[in-house]
Amino acid sequence: MVGSASASPRGDDTFPKILLRNAKVFGARTAFREKDFGIWQSWTWSEVCEEIRAFSIGLKSLGLGAGDKIAIVGANRPRLYWAMVAAQALGAVPVPVYADSVAEEMAYVLGHAEVRFAVVEDQEQVDKLLGVAEEVSSLTNIIYDEERGLRDYDHTHLHSYSGVQEKGRALLNENASLTGEWEQGFAGGKGEDIAVMLYTSGTTGRPKGVMLSFDNLVISARNGNTFDKLDETEEVLAYLPMAWIGDHVFSLAQAFTAGYCVNCPEGMDTIDVDRLEIAPTYFFAPPRVFENMLTQIMVRMEDAGKLKRRMFDYFMGVARKVGEKILNGEQVGAKDRLLYGLGELLVYGPLKNRMGLTRMKVGYTAGEAIGPEIFQFYRALGLNLKQLYGQTEASVYITLQPDGEIFGDTVGKPAPDVELKIADNGEVMYRSPGVFVGYFKNEEATEKTKTADGWVHTGDAGIIAENGHLKIIDRAKDVGKLNSGSLFAPKYIENKLKFFPNIKEAVAFGHERDMVGVFINIDLTAVGSWAERNNVNYASYQELAANPDVYAMIESHVDQVNRDLSQEPMMAGAQIKRFLILHKELDADDGELTRTQKVRRTFIAERYEPLIEALYDGSTEKHIRTEVTFEDGRKGAIEATVELRDMDLHDAGKGFQEAAE
Amino acid sequence: MNALVTDSSMTSAEAETQVERELLLRVDNVSLSFGGVKAITDISFDIQKGEIRAIIGPNGAGKTSMLNVINGFYHPQEGTITWQGKVRRKMKPYEAASQGIARTFQNVALFKGMTTLDNIMSGRSLKMHKNFFWQLLWRGPAEQEEIEHRRKVEDIIDFLEIQAIRKTPVGRLPYGLQKRVELGRALAMEPELLLLDEPMAGMNLEEKEDMSRFILDVNQEFGTTIALIEHDMGVVMDLSDRVVVLDYGKKIADGPPEEVQANQAVIDAYLGVSH
Repeated sequence: MVGSASASPRGDDTFPKILLRNAKVFGARTAFREKDFGIWQSWTWSEVCEEIRAFSIGLKSLGLGAGDKIAIVGANRPRLYWAMVAAQALGAVPVPVYADSVAEEMAYVLGHAEVRFAVVEDQEQVDKLLGVAEEVSSLTNIIYDEERGLRDYDHTHLHSYSGVQEKGRALLNENASLTGEWEQGFAGGKGEDIAVMLYTSGTTGRPKGVMLSFDNLVISARNGNTFDKLDETEEVLAYLPMAWIGDHVFSLAQAFTAGYCVNCPEGMDTIDVDRLEIAPTYFFAPPRVFENMLTQIMVRMEDAGKLKRRMFDYFMGVARKVGEKILNGEQVGAKDRLLYGLGELLVYGPLKNRMGLTRMKVGYTAGEAIGPEIFQFYRALGLNLKQLYGQTEASVYITLQPDGEIFGDTVGKPAPDVELKIADNGEVMYRSPGVFVGYFKNEEATEKTKTADGWVHTGDAGIIAENGHLKIIDRAKDVGKLNSGSLFAPKYIENKLKFFPNIKEAVAFGHERDMVGVFINIDLTAVGSWAERNNVNYASYQELAANPDVYAMIESHVDQVNRDLSQEPMMAGAQIKRFLILHKELDADDGELTRTQKVRRTFIAERYEPLIEALYDGSTEKHIRTEVTFEDGRKGAIEATVELRDMDLHDAGKGFQEAAE
Repeated sequence: MNALVTDSSMTSAEAETQVERELLLRVDNVSLSFGGVKAITDISFDIQKGEIRAIIGPNGAGKTSMLNVINGFYHPQEGTITWQGKVRRKMKPYEAASQGIARTFQNVALFKGMTTLDNIMSGRSLKMHKNFFWQLLWRGPAEQEEIEHRRKVEDIIDFLEIQAIRKTPVGRLPYGLQKRVELGRALAMEPELLLLDEPMAGMNLEEKEDMSRFILDVNQEFGTTIALIEHDMGVVMDLSDRVVVLDYGKKIADGPPEEVQANQAVIDAYLGVSH
């Protein structure tokens, strides 16, 4: 067979062209699988090429042409991936949309993108689209994959996927030259043409349509393949939303460029079983997936017999000690190596098999911070799990952890061809071949995000550690400065504090002030159980929070955080000078937290203004009265005298670095 | 036959709105008693092909007995049952099954130790024709036959969206899912008439909505005629084409949902009347 496809020259610059290449080079290799009727149905690259050609010609006969937008709505299915390439072959631009977005959101995206066609999964999505059809005047045709329940619908503007494909096949049969014409149609396509438009979920304001060119995706994908040595033998599981850039790159761009196989699970709730059956070699998951898997293992181990439990505990101890070293290729003693080998046979191997990760060559997690102990658990088992940092605007890759250079608190080194810099305000900026073309119909936002010479603002503040790895500390807009000029990243400090089980919430203040002050909420469960073990009596949260022993405990935690901060040149100036333990728990009912349990900093600052004053006027205690809302809606008030403590600062490890003005 | 005449006058209003449908099953003057207890007294009604027919009534009205009569489990002392144009008096349940009548039970009656897949597969056993010898040998024709049946069963699993529990022993499933598996087993028989005995009893609102959707889909996609007993009036009114109301073993109303809902005798039966 032919060697690695990703090594082939950069001749094929669009996905339709790459499809033809794959059909020729990897013709008999499996390209897509989908579990249907309990069996993995598969398609080879040449079959996929035929399917896409027929569908594409069918689309053309319905009137889809160059420049038209075509929405893709549904769960991961081979046919929906094919529809994207089929549209690209006609010069149309696919717009994958989050299938679970509510009708109103979908109406906005479809309207903004001016979609003419939509390819959807099933009746649910057809209903949703028909519901918003009036608001989306550009929409003329809806094509559905799953036919169930749709028989009695008016089919003037509604078509079944197979119907469209049959039409294409019939046309091809009538006219043999059509294949050549179809291929001619995209032979002139260029790398700078728009390949896809992805709407960012937009935590603030309306979603924006990120336009990515073929060059963006193809070059980024090839770089990704080279970086992790991925070739046509990989297996991936396509289970993350198709509208998300990650899935688009892993399950389409990289799959096409490398020629590997994409497996679509049977349904959202069968993923665990499907993963076990496929055993992907290249696997991506957000941290919560890894968390869930770990929890399940732990729960099962609790129920296991004594012998099994002992074996598990013993060998996990061995793995924690040497597993990561072995994975990183470091020196390990012969005895440990032997024990680890035995553990692999008895514990790690079966565990990995249970999770469907036996064959995993590379695994990535991204999106949010993963707990260090979870991350280490998987690495200790010998799984090459790594972190990456990416964005839609970058065609995913900004930084990646190279094999053997894994640090829990960083997101890795710049990906191939990516330039990285930290702006004056601490914001991470990058420039790469994957940088997006622009936001669709939003010049203003494009200018704000992307500089004239191609640098992109990420909106995240970060630092580049001495080893060249990027460390993300906070959202750029939350990062402030102390009066002394040192960088103040509240979330970074808060997360360090919250890492202690005894601390539930922390709110740091310091922007445009002389020093950092912190409010702390103790964790009633953790501290409560400590109190029980140490015969500390308490009647309420308030009483426990004011306990001198608890204060001493929290003080030691704060001191530890200060020590950590002092080791980091950028952060050493923002050590915690004063702290207090709040007399009540922060609560979403009082508006102090969002419903998703995030701290509402400005609101808290207003509500507890007297306490903030006390933080900065040097007093050692302060009386405060706070109004609270009980769960039944009644209001009450809590009064307390809160103690404030001063902390000693540690000397900065490697010189005090001022953030540039 | 006289009963039918009175019946037709009762349903004349509906005749205008409804398409004339073929008669699938007719029950004429059926009475059933256990010793001195009269469970059903002189009941007549019909089920048309392709409709959803609800049987409602207060507790102890004889609804389940009626279903048992239809599928041949009880044999009425009086009256006749006409099934697809043929009059029958006595019929064994397996005969009913082989003639296209399938049912689910008020209390889930699945094989608890078996997986979802095997449970639904058991619904196909009447359709398996290879004899004992071939089954024993299995390789060859019997294997081929099993593959065909498995395909049908997978269709049903896909239809009911229970892929995730395909290999789970039924006893470990929550009640709502067990009910769905039971429906799956009944569907595996590819029945002409599907009898559902309280398909939504003990379900929460979401499960009820799902089940309603499935019942409607079964009716529309497969064209299966459905007779169901249900206590949730909202469900009955939304789903059914026609409703028959029983009280103390007697029929007190028969007609489209709106009409039955307004019927004074029905209201009295449900709420009781002051004497």
